[in-house]
Amino acid sequence: MGNGDRGSRAGRALRTLVNILIKELLQLRRDPKILPILFIAPVIQLTLLGYAATTDIKRVELAVCDLDRTAASRRLVDRFTSSAYFRVTANVDSQEQFDPLLQSGRARVALTIPAGFEAERSAGRPGRVQLVADGADAMSGTIGLAYAATVLQDASVAAGTVPLVSLRPTVLYNPDLVSRNYMVPGILGLIIMIMTMMLTAMAVVRESELGTMEQLLVTPLTPGQLIVGKLIPYALVGLVEVFTVLPVVLFWFRVPLRGSFLTLLLLTLPYMLCTLGLGLFISTLAQTQQQAMMLSAFVFILPQMLLSGFAFPIQNMPAFFQALTYLVPLRYYLVILRGVFLKGVGLAVLWPQALALVVMGVAILGLARLRFRRRLG
Amino acid sequence: MLRRTLAIAVKELLQLRRDPRTALTLLGMPMVMLLIYGYALSFDVQHIRFAVVDQDGTRASRDVAQAFLQSGYFDLVSQGRDPRVLDALFDSGRVQAALVIPSGYGADLAARRSTALQFVLDGSDSQTATTILGYARQIVGSVSPMIRKNARDAAVAPVPLVWYNPDLSSARFLVPGLLAFILMVTSVIATALAVVREKERGTMESLRATPLVAIELLIGKTLPYLLLASGAATGALVIARLLFDVHVRGSLVWLAAVTLLFLAASLGWGVLVSTVAETQQVAFQLGLLSSMLPTFILSGFIFPISSMPPALQLITHLVPARYFLTALREIILKGAGPEVWWNQAAGLLVYGAVVLAVATARTVRSL
Repeated sequence: MGNGDRGSRAGRALRTLVNILIKELLQLRRDPKILPILFIAPVIQLTLLGYAATTDIKRVELAVCDLDRTAASRRLVDRFTSSAYFRVTANVDSQEQFDPLLQSGRARVALTIPAGFEAERSAGRPGRVQLVADGADAMSGTIGLAYAATVLQDASVAAGTVPLVSLRPTVLYNPDLVSRNYMVPGILGLIIMIMTMMLTAMAVVRESELGTMEQLLVTPLTPGQLIVGKLIPYALVGLVEVFTVLPVVLFWFRVPLRGSFLTLLLLTLPYMLCTLGLGLFISTLAQTQQQAMMLSAFVFILPQMLLSGFAFPIQNMPAFFQALTYLVPLRYYLVILRGVFLKGVGLAVLWPQALALVVMGVAILGLARLRFRRRLG
Repeated sequence: MLRRTLAIAVKELLQLRRDPRTALTLLGMPMVMLLIYGYALSFDVQHIRFAVVDQDGTRASRDVAQAFLQSGYFDLVSQGRDPRVLDALFDSGRVQAALVIPSGYGADLAARRSTALQFVLDGSDSQTATTILGYARQIVGSVSPMIRKNARDAAVAPVPLVWYNPDLSSARFLVPGLLAFILMVTSVIATALAVVREKERGTMESLRATPLVAIELLIGKTLPYLLLASGAATGALVIARLLFDVHVRGSLVWLAAVTLLFLAASLGWGVLVSTVAETQQVAFQLGLLSSMLPTFILSGFIFPISSMPPALQLITHLVPARYFLTALREIILKGAGPEVWWNQAAGLLVYGAVVLAVATARTVRSL
């Protein structure tokens, strides 16, 4: 008897849940602009960003000032021209002419071969050349100098000076050092986060701003049901999004998926628990949609972009900020994404990250529920 | 016309005053963000998690391992003789780079025979890996004795010199980028909801009853935020100067002019989003998606535009921060005058004008 009663109560709870679900999905459908934003925008973004997010510097622009004008100096210039690293954009007669070239970015590195270069070397002394790098673009500048050092070392070796010890590098996981393989899975994580978090945040704030939250309150729904009913549609949207974006990652950008697809999917769930929970949490903090927008941009999205290790390696940060990164869910998900894609590792290696995401997700949802109930009450 | 524009601006200001939290956030956030991320972010690779596998165990092998550790870039995580432990260390990410010294290394050196060290590194993050490999080459080059085989000429030695940013500090490179990024996001947030809010609340109808023209409405709505954003930009520049030692080498007047152009263009983008969207939810999504990721990735903030495929380089022209960032680096770091960056300023001007024109056209329809 009591058993049947409980059964029907559970049935009723399930029915209400399904009703909210349908209401949310209907609301999503009512806005014709939201669907393209949800499904086409991520694909376009991933494609554009996947092409853009390359840190591979190809052919640094080089300006040359040859003051020696001998066979040896011309041979050296030839080494730069024929190397795969440089593109000679200007030949000038004096170093003063470097200034406008470097200022406007037409050259990133400038090479000067001083008069007497050949004479010095024939006398057995090392021939010195000057390299000027544009430090304003610190990345191209540093890499340009490193490339030049390689070219010069090759020149020395060709001339007969050989270092006794050589270095034989073995590059694991990404042997051709293609930065796309590293960045594209990261963009996937970023897009999932932005989409699911913002949607959830807005969905709840809109109800309170429009006053329909009061209407939901007079229904026999518990806050828990209300929350679950709000989250499930967006979790579904998030999953569908993963499936729309993954083919682009795998077949367009040909990022190798060395691990198991199932592991990837399984570990995406606790991550979405975090992002949906954060969305709900934002909605309990914000009173207006503009506040929700500011909060999610500054307090939640920016740290995920900058402190997760997406583009800025965590190891380069000061200790305090390294500690802060443990609060960023994307940090863990990036390790998972890159681990499954590039290293082909599974749960045996990634369990600490998965555990961290589950704990964070539950904590965030619990916190959001607490605040949610207080606001309703 | 001017009077009506100003009237709208005053109305918008009053509305802002009623929500001081939003106004303060828009004003203060860029400074706070610059403060936080200016300290946090850097491209200077350090504390590389490092393993040494010394199969040689001679004085020479210890010397070369020591040279790596003393360089200051490498943190020793694991040390041993068996290279088989490396697999697990790399898989779990506990180690990023490993030096394997083969047995016979010391004997080879003593006999002045050529010899090789093996250097294993995690290539997932190609940029960090390239930097680490550069460090390793440098260190090995400095410890290796040189021999001259049938030498005709002596070696070539570079004398490197870095202009504009002599210590290659990535802060000086990153701060202008951060500034552009943060200001773009702030501007779009400021205006993306401005028009759509009126539509959603139905107050657009009452505006329709006034003799207001679309362009007056849009400019009037943007002006107060231009004021706020200019304040925020000034504050951020002061922080860059005081805390991150980013000196403005060029003229402050030009800097202010270019910054104003950029703020107008990015606020304009927010207004355009606001006129396109029917609901605040859509405006919110559209605004953040179109400002955050593209500015982050397509403006040259982190990824050099010159490395992108040509078609994409064209697309970067749709991102206003691209022009601003280029001009900013040229004015702040290089001290360049308008003859160098005039095309960036022109780009911003055209961008702002087009965005305003499209937004006006859209508003005319809804008014």
